[in-house]
Amino acid sequence: MGLRRHRFCFALSLLLATVLCSPLHGQNQLRFCIGAQPTTFDPLLVADGPSETVRYLTGGVLVRLDRSSQQLVPELATSWTINRTGHAITFELRQNVRFSDGTPFDARDVAYTMERLMDPNLHSPTGDAFRSSDGKVTTTIDGEYRITITFPAPVVGLDQLFDQVAILSARSPRKEMAVLGPYYVEENKAGSYLLLKRNPSYWKHDAAGRQLPYIDSIRLDIQQNRDVELLRLVRGEIDFINSLTGQQFDQLKSTAPQVAFDAGVSLDSEQIWFNQVPAAPLPGYKKAWFASTRFRRAVSSAIHRDDLARVVFHGHAQPALSLISPANKFWFNARLQPHAYDSKAALQWLAQDGFRLENGVLRDSGGHEVEFSLITNAGNKERELMAAMIQQDLGAIGIRLNVVTLDFPSLIERITRSFNYEACLLGFVNDELDPNAQMTVWLSSADNHQWNPNQKSPATAWEAEIDRLMREQASTLDLKKRKQAIDRVQEIVWEQEPFIYLVNKHALSAVSPNLHNVHPAVLRPQVYWNIEELSFATEIARNR
Amino acid sequence: MKRVRLAAILFLVLITGTAFSAGFVAPASYARQFRDIPDASASRQHPLGTDDLGRDRLSRVLVGTRISLLLAPAAALLSTALAALIGGVAGLAGGWVRTVVMSATDLFLSLPWLFLLLTVRAFLPLNTSPLLSVVITFAILGCLGWAGAARIICADARELCGSEFILSARASGSHGIHLLRRHILPNLQPILFAQFWISIPVFILTEANLGILGLGVAEPLPSWGNLIRELEGFTVTSAPFWIFVPLILLILTVSCFQLALQKEDLWA
Repeated sequence: MGLRRHRFCFALSLLLATVLCSPLHGQNQLRFCIGAQPTTFDPLLVADGPSETVRYLTGGVLVRLDRSSQQLVPELATSWTINRTGHAITFELRQNVRFSDGTPFDARDVAYTMERLMDPNLHSPTGDAFRSSDGKVTTTIDGEYRITITFPAPVVGLDQLFDQVAILSARSPRKEMAVLGPYYVEENKAGSYLLLKRNPSYWKHDAAGRQLPYIDSIRLDIQQNRDVELLRLVRGEIDFINSLTGQQFDQLKSTAPQVAFDAGVSLDSEQIWFNQVPAAPLPGYKKAWFASTRFRRAVSSAIHRDDLARVVFHGHAQPALSLISPANKFWFNARLQPHAYDSKAALQWLAQDGFRLENGVLRDSGGHEVEFSLITNAGNKERELMAAMIQQDLGAIGIRLNVVTLDFPSLIERITRSFNYEACLLGFVNDELDPNAQMTVWLSSADNHQWNPNQKSPATAWEAEIDRLMREQASTLDLKKRKQAIDRVQEIVWEQEPFIYLVNKHALSAVSPNLHNVHPAVLRPQVYWNIEELSFATEIARNR
Repeated sequence: MKRVRLAAILFLVLITGTAFSAGFVAPASYARQFRDIPDASASRQHPLGTDDLGRDRLSRVLVGTRISLLLAPAAALLSTALAALIGGVAGLAGGWVRTVVMSATDLFLSLPWLFLLLTVRAFLPLNTSPLLSVVITFAILGCLGWAGAARIICADARELCGSEFILSARASGSHGIHLLRRHILPNLQPILFAQFWISIPVFILTEANLGILGLGVAEPLPSWGNLIRELEGFTVTSAPFWIFVPLILLILTVSCFQLALQKEDLWA
C-alpha cells in the first residue's frame, strides 16, 4: 500500500511537471543542466564536456555530422571536395551569412580560423586531430566564398573533422563571442548558470521561411548532482536530461513512459584490462598470467556479460565485442560474435596454461593461488556493481578477486604513473565515429595504450600487427582498404583481449513531452543535436 | 530518564545479539547473488527483499550490523588507548612536553579527516581480502581518531596532578608506576570510559560516510555504510520502506549509544 502511495505521488508530481513544464520558466526558454562551469568560450580550446555543449549551441561549422543518419551535411559550406591525394579540401561557402554581432562572413574568416587552429602555440585539442605530420597548413582564398586548405600530408576522415571547427570572425571586435551558430552567450553567471540567446543573424530558415531556431533562449544550469538533475526534471524546472542510468530510466519509464527515451546502443564501452607493463611492481608469476592470451580469454569467458547488461544496466546495455560499438554503423565488424559465458571453456583455456582447480581454488603451475585485485573509481555505482558480479563469476572458476574502489586521482596515478595495480575496470567515452581517433589507444607507442603504454617496440606480434594496420588505415583514403584494416584490428582485439570488453551502454535520455521535434540519437549531444528544430508545444499552439 | 536509558541499553543488547546470531537467522549468504530477482520486494524467502544484485537484504543488514558493531568499538578502544597514552603522558609530564604534545594534537585536529583517510587508504596494498580491508579501515579510523580525546584526558590528568590527594600520595612516598596505577588511572577511568563510549557512534558514522562515498568496506562484505548507499539517488523517492532499514538501525543505534551514557558520565 505504501509503495502504491509513493508511486502515485511520484506520478502526480510528474504529471504536474509535464503540464506546467516550460511555461513556468516562460518566454520560450529551454532549460537543461551541465555538470560544471565551461572552462572556455574559445571554440578552438574546448577540451571538456560543458565547453563542448556551448560550442555546439553557439558555433557555426562548415559541415555538420547529422547525429541521426551519421552522414555529413552542408552548413556554412554549401559543398566541398577533397583532392585525390587527400592533402587538400576546397569549400564553397554560403553567401549572405553574418555573425551574431552583424559582421559579415566570408573565406577570410575560415582562413583566420584555420591559422589560429593550427598555431602550435595555441595548443588546440581540436587542431591536434588535423596534425597528420610536421609541416605548415596553408589556406588559399580563391574568391570571397571559396577556400582551399592544404595539409602537409593526407588526413583521413578530413571532412568529418570540420564538424568540430567553429568558425571565428577575423574582423569582429567581439572576437570568439561573435558566433555563427543558432545561439550566442548573453550572460555567464560563473558557477550558477549560462544564458544563451537566439542569434538574430542566424542563416537557417525552415520550409515555411521562418528563421530558426524556434526557441528564444537557453538557460544552462550548472548542476553536478545527477539525482538533483532528475528531480528538477520531474519538478518541471528543466526540459531534458541527456544521459540517464538504467535504474533512473526504468523509474521514469514506469511512471511516465512518454518522458523516457532509449536511443539504443551507444559508442561508449566498459572494459577491464590487466596490467602488462614489464616494469610494474608485480610478482613475476602474475605478470606471466596477465601476459597470457589464454588467461585473459579464460577470464573473459567466465564473465557473464548478459547478466551484467540485465542486472546492472537494467537491460539498457548489450554485451560488447571489440573496440567498435555496433552503434558505429559503418566501422563495426558485424562478423564478430559476442564472447559467450562458458565457465567450462574458461577452465579449458586455463588448463592449457597449466592452471588447475583444487578444492575450489585455482592454482597456477607453480602452485600459486590465483588471486588479483581489480581497481575502479569510487562513486560509480554501475562499475561497483559490475565488479561485484565479476567477483562472483570468477569465484566460480576458483579465482579470488579483490575489488578495490579508489578515488579518481589515486586510480589515475596507479594506471598512468606508478603502474602499481593488477587489473582495472573503467569505461571509454567515445565521441568519434572514425576509428582513426583511437590511434592514441591502439598504437603500442601511445600513452593511452593502457595495458602496456609507451612501448619502444611492440611487445607482442599481435600488437605489431595492430600497429601496422592502424598506420595503414591512417595512410590511405581508400575507404574500402581502411575498413578492411579496421575489421582486422577488431578481430585481433577480439582474439587477444588486451581489453576485455564488457558492455556497450545504451544512450538513455529524458525529455519533457512539451518539447517537440526531439529525436534522441546515440551520438552526443543526444537530445539537442537538432537544436534549431526544437520547439515547445505551447509555443506552437500560440503561433497557430 | 532511567526508563529511556534502560530501553536504549536493551535495544543495544538486542541488536548486538541478533547481529551476532546472523549465521542462524540470515536466510541466505550475504554475498550470494540471486541474479534472477534483483531489487525484489519483501517475500517469505527474502523478508527485506533483495538489493541491486539480488543479494538478500536481511542477511546483509545482519552481517553489516555485526561488522559495524564489532569493529566500531574496537576502533574506539584503539583511539581511546592512544588518547590515554598521549594525553596522559602530556598531562603528567607537564611543562614543555605538554606544550609540544598538545601543539601536535592541535595540528592533528586541524587536519581534514576525510582527505587524510582517503590518502592513507590510497597507499594501502590492493590485494587484501575484504575481511582484512574492513579491519584495516577501522584500524585507520582508530589511529586517526585519538586527538580530541587526548586533549580532554590531558586536561584531566593535569588537574589530577595538582589535586590534594595526589600531593598527599606523593608525600607518603608513592611515585612513578605505583602512583599511576593506584591513584591516577582509577581516577581517569570515568573519562576514559566516556571517551570510549562516545567514540563508538562517531566511528560508526565515519565508516558510513566512507561507505557512502564508495570507499568503505570492500565488496562483497556489507556494512551500514555501503548498505545506506542504496538510498542515494532519485529512485529512493518511490522506494519501499525496507530499503530504509539500515538507515533506521544506524540512527537508532547511534541515538541509543548517546542515551545509554548517563549525563554524569558525559561530564565526568
